[in-house]
Amino acid sequence: MSNGHMTDLRTLAPGLADPAHDAQQLFRAVLDATSRPGRIVSLPAAPAGPGTPSAAATAYLLTLADRDTPVWLADAFDRPEVRDFLRFHAGAPIVTKRAEAVFAVLASATPQPFEGFNLGSDAYPDRSATLIVEVPDLRGGPTRQWHGPGIDGRAAVAVAGLAEDFWQDWAANHTLFPCGVDIVFTARTELCALPRSVAVEV
Amino acid sequence: MADDAYNYAYLDEQTKRMIRRAILKAVAVPGYQVPFGGREMPLPYGWGTGGIQVTAAIIGRDDTLKVIDQGADDTTNAVSIRRFFAKVAEVATTTRTDEATVIQTRHRVPETPLREGQILVFQVPIPEPLRMLEPRETETRTLHALSEYGVMQVSLYESIARHGRISKGYNYPVMVNGRYIMSPSPIPKFDNPKLDRSPALQLYGAGREKRIYAVPPYTPVKSLDFDDHPFEIETWEQCCALCGSKESFLDEMIVDDDGKHLFVCSDTDYCERRRTLPEAAE
Repeated sequence: MSNGHMTDLRTLAPGLADPAHDAQQLFRAVLDATSRPGRIVSLPAAPAGPGTPSAAATAYLLTLADRDTPVWLADAFDRPEVRDFLRFHAGAPIVTKRAEAVFAVLASATPQPFEGFNLGSDAYPDRSATLIVEVPDLRGGPTRQWHGPGIDGRAAVAVAGLAEDFWQDWAANHTLFPCGVDIVFTARTELCALPRSVAVEV
Repeated sequence: MADDAYNYAYLDEQTKRMIRRAILKAVAVPGYQVPFGGREMPLPYGWGTGGIQVTAAIIGRDDTLKVIDQGADDTTNAVSIRRFFAKVAEVATTTRTDEATVIQTRHRVPETPLREGQILVFQVPIPEPLRMLEPRETETRTLHALSEYGVMQVSLYESIARHGRISKGYNYPVMVNGRYIMSPSPIPKFDNPKLDRSPALQLYGAGREKRIYAVPPYTPVKSLDFDDHPFEIETWEQCCALCGSKESFLDEMIVDDDGKHLFVCSDTDYCERRRTLPEAAE
């Protein structure tokens, strides 16, 4: 694109085809995933989006982001076509400071994944950020035991592509409860949620 | 067909997104009351405006909706809300607990056990369990933040000192996942055990106070009590005069001017199923 300030409508990827109904279906899948952590939920209605991040990450933002929710993009996704897509379809401001983000899109290799995001406060823990973490696969990684609200006993989850210290950082995040960030892992058209209430055995 | 003058499910998409974000945060912090930008709804506060906004934000054309008021599908509040969603959300409705994907309720939890994938939406008049003990919102917010719940234990103790037992019969406070004290809405305490580790998702909406809170599936929900005064639910000497149930929550009905009375199930679907299907009565 020659002009960074103009959205080129000829190359802009389409958003939700049927906004009210597609957003409803996507939200229910997200709600299902969030209320049953560790379950891999498929988003068949997810549009392809700008190509990167995944269709699932894009669908999550199209469903929940708007002018009230600043979005932070990791370097891997901070590209003109992604910014244009989110600005045009969601109207979401793109921010460069992690602390200002309501939603953040991270790659599995993004360094210091939890550093600097809004954790909420003891009085208002709901104000914390939600991190969308793009991973190569939701299956096939090292298996870890998750337990907490939404899980009947324990769930064996094998998200691939995460560094070992990611889970130590998560343990620190979990101990902040009720504060702390919430995570949604995304790959292709699937997602899996990890709310702050869930403990992961390292 | 939905009325084209309104967006699908009545609320505009911006409002739905805001409510949806609040619901997800509520699920992430079980029992914590998330403030949301409650909208004016086409019915007065006290008629389920909070529950309706939650239902409107989640419901879709694939859903089957059940609405109950005090356990009954055929009371004014339940009928009007069911019709509202049939009209604005093109949604199928049912009175059957087992067929519903979304159940909006005022003041009861169905007798029929809920299953995974079902969502129970509670209408909540006063979301703050500490409100009658501490009227200031700034104070109750701090008490929740610090998990400082002595005032609630004292109030239950005073009830024992005065009445010999915890006299609260409905809206009986619960501890969610060991962290937040929560109002289960004015359900009878009989229903409290059904909230504990339920396979269904519980969403609570308070319209006037503009709060949403949630209990995810399989989450521990403990009714507050003392070691020497354990939590107990109501029991009846009578059984249901219509279906004979000894296990369900019974309403007392006055049937003539001489004060003749009988007890019947509060849950109309449960009672009717037992009467029409003999095997259900086993």
